[in-house]
Amino acid sequence: MSQSIGVKERQIRPLSTAKAGERVRLVRIDAGRGLNSRLASMGLVPSAELRVVSNGHPGPFVLIVKEAKVVLGRGVAQKILVN
Amino acid sequence: MKSITVALAGNPNSGKTSVFNMLTGARQHVGNYPGVTVEKKEGQCTHRDWRITFVDLPGTYSLTAYSTEELIARHHIQEDRPDVVVDVVDASNLERNLYLATQIMEMDVPMVLAFNMSDLAERHGLKFDLDQLSRLLEVRIVPTVGNKGQGRTELLDAIIETADAERQKRIHRVTYGDEIEDELLAVQQALGKADSDVVTRYGRRWLAIKLLEQDEDVTSKIRDRGILEVVGRSVAHLRDILGDEPEIVMADRRYGFISGACQETIQSSVERRHDISDTIDAVVTNRVLGLPIFLLLMYVVFFLTFKIGSYPMDWLEAFFGSLADGITNYWPSGRAEWLRSLLVDGVIGGVGGVLVFLPNILLLFMAIALLEDSGYMARAAFVMDRIMHKIGLHGKSFIPMLIGFGCSVPAIMATRILENRRNRLTTIMVIPLMSCGARLTIYALFIPAFFPPHWQGPMLWLIYLIGIVLGIVAAKMLRLTVFRGETMPFVMELPPYRMPTGKGVLVHTWQRGWLYIRKAGTVILAVSIVLWFAMNFPKPPADRLEGRSAQEARQESLRHSVVGRVGLAVEPLLRPLGFDWKIGTALIGSVAAKELFVSQLGIIYAVESPDEEAPSLRERLRADYTPLVGFCVMLFCLISAPCIATVAMTRQETNSWGWALFQFFGLTGLAYVLILLIYQIGRLWL
Repeated sequence: MSQSIGVKERQIRPLSTAKAGERVRLVRIDAGRGLNSRLASMGLVPSAELRVVSNGHPGPFVLIVKEAKVVLGRGVAQKILVN
Repeated sequence: MKSITVALAGNPNSGKTSVFNMLTGARQHVGNYPGVTVEKKEGQCTHRDWRITFVDLPGTYSLTAYSTEELIARHHIQEDRPDVVVDVVDASNLERNLYLATQIMEMDVPMVLAFNMSDLAERHGLKFDLDQLSRLLEVRIVPTVGNKGQGRTELLDAIIETADAERQKRIHRVTYGDEIEDELLAVQQALGKADSDVVTRYGRRWLAIKLLEQDEDVTSKIRDRGILEVVGRSVAHLRDILGDEPEIVMADRRYGFISGACQETIQSSVERRHDISDTIDAVVTNRVLGLPIFLLLMYVVFFLTFKIGSYPMDWLEAFFGSLADGITNYWPSGRAEWLRSLLVDGVIGGVGGVLVFLPNILLLFMAIALLEDSGYMARAAFVMDRIMHKIGLHGKSFIPMLIGFGCSVPAIMATRILENRRNRLTTIMVIPLMSCGARLTIYALFIPAFFPPHWQGPMLWLIYLIGIVLGIVAAKMLRLTVFRGETMPFVMELPPYRMPTGKGVLVHTWQRGWLYIRKAGTVILAVSIVLWFAMNFPKPPADRLEGRSAQEARQESLRHSVVGRVGLAVEPLLRPLGFDWKIGTALIGSVAAKELFVSQLGIIYAVESPDEEAPSLRERLRADYTPLVGFCVMLFCLISAPCIATVAMTRQETNSWGWALFQFFGLTGLAYVLILLIYQIGRLWL
């Protein structure tokens, strides 16, 4: 559990905690196979780069993946784990 | 002349429809895939001695077994075996679009990439080395701009050349890394031993890939236990060493391949900035502002539709009126009077009454096409989703329901945008509760007859509101019972805002408008003729008509006819609702088209032209019924028996008489029970 100066250990957290403008990398998705597959075909695969455009409060969760804007509804952003 | 079939695949929002239109021009035909609710579009064109039939596949991101549309697209490629598949890719988000291409590649069918919207990509500062990309993907790439018609010849040339090569060209194979490739080999070997026709038809590698992905559709096709065991072991093994479902890892590897190819061939000179599109979205999907903005836009759309539409509507009404008069005046008297009446009262009265709404319908479609092509609709679906989700529907369901306020027929057609079958069926079932334009004629007659001026506005609102509330409740009930199932989590692409092209909007408008004319016209025509016979036969014996005025004679004839007798027969059923045979008879006529209710009542009350002497008809109504009954009649018309055109459209869109009849009798039953309650309880109070 050592922490060297300048290197931050990046925690795995739900996408819903990312702020607008943040860039994160997808680790995995904790969802049923249907949703998982759907998201994967839109570019949300492990190690994919995601950029958060807006994170609800108020408004929808919008992110950019593979150059396209995708909006996620209730609870979907929580199932996506990133770091 | 050689004939080939070409399938068109592509992501939603990739401009596939424009490319399809560009290739086929006006020669298109829309039908249904047997057994499913998604439309099948086919078109033709001739190029350099080749006759090409194009099939437009549903827009999909992938070819998994998780959605009906993907299965349809996949089945078409596998079963119908087109000679070439054209994958329309949106150049401005190429990587994601190529995902589908990798899936098509694995199906061992020759492919051509239509590199669409290349003008937009250029404007965003993207530069492509298409030759290099073509070499890496081992597929021909043709730049196109679908909505401007650019690239047509080159694309057709590429298609022909690819078809001509007769599958001699090597099709690229995506490799998945050692671990997965090892397991794929194991499964392929197991498949090789089985030697069934499934294997020969689909190819071992593709089957192995799908089996490792645990594709439900493919898995269900494999009977051999041995193979399934091998697959099971492979999947478990991969899960272990890869730490994730093979399906997901394979998706990742595909993107890895795509990414590699794109990195070598795309130069992006401009970093994607936070642009105006994001700002608009922030406002339009805002938690507080989003809904009011949407409602305002909808209000504007409807207002304009009916305001601008009223002019051509009046012209059409006048046209049909003079047509009817013309025939009456120039008809040789005494000769085949019945034919004249059939033409004037039956055909023109029936069909004309419906066609009069055409301008409204077209304008509404145009507005919707504008909203869709500009990209706003996706945002609207998100805004509405919060409400729709509570009923158990998807955000997009709101759009067809909104159209239903104009007419149910195009509204039901519009449910094609809903991907989930249960969602779609539920929406179709409740659309008739969104009070349509035709029913407005009934309210316009009844409300002033029974209610004082300051009550009239609120009464109209009340009726519309009851319809909406009932729709919501019914949808919720249906989703809890008949159409039970999970709602799909909301995941939707927000396409970039685009300036709609005149051409694009007109094409989209016409596609829907033409269907409305054709379907509503043919069905309404047939039913109007049948109804005319039922209203005019059997004729009463001549002595019964002696000494009566023309109007009374008509009334007596009606009583004697099939419709009249049925009306009399059902009267006992209707009396608990406060209705009598006159209303019953009018209701029967209104099954053909709701507009006919008013004219039917006019005949029954022996009033020659209900509009001119409307006060008279209204006075008669007021004399015969209480306001409670008047209210009940309007509600009954709202809820019960959707018109024949609606039923026909439901049948077409659901591909089953069962659902159409369920809708018809379900709504009528609902109306009966509800009005019964309202009337009986109301009688105690008022």
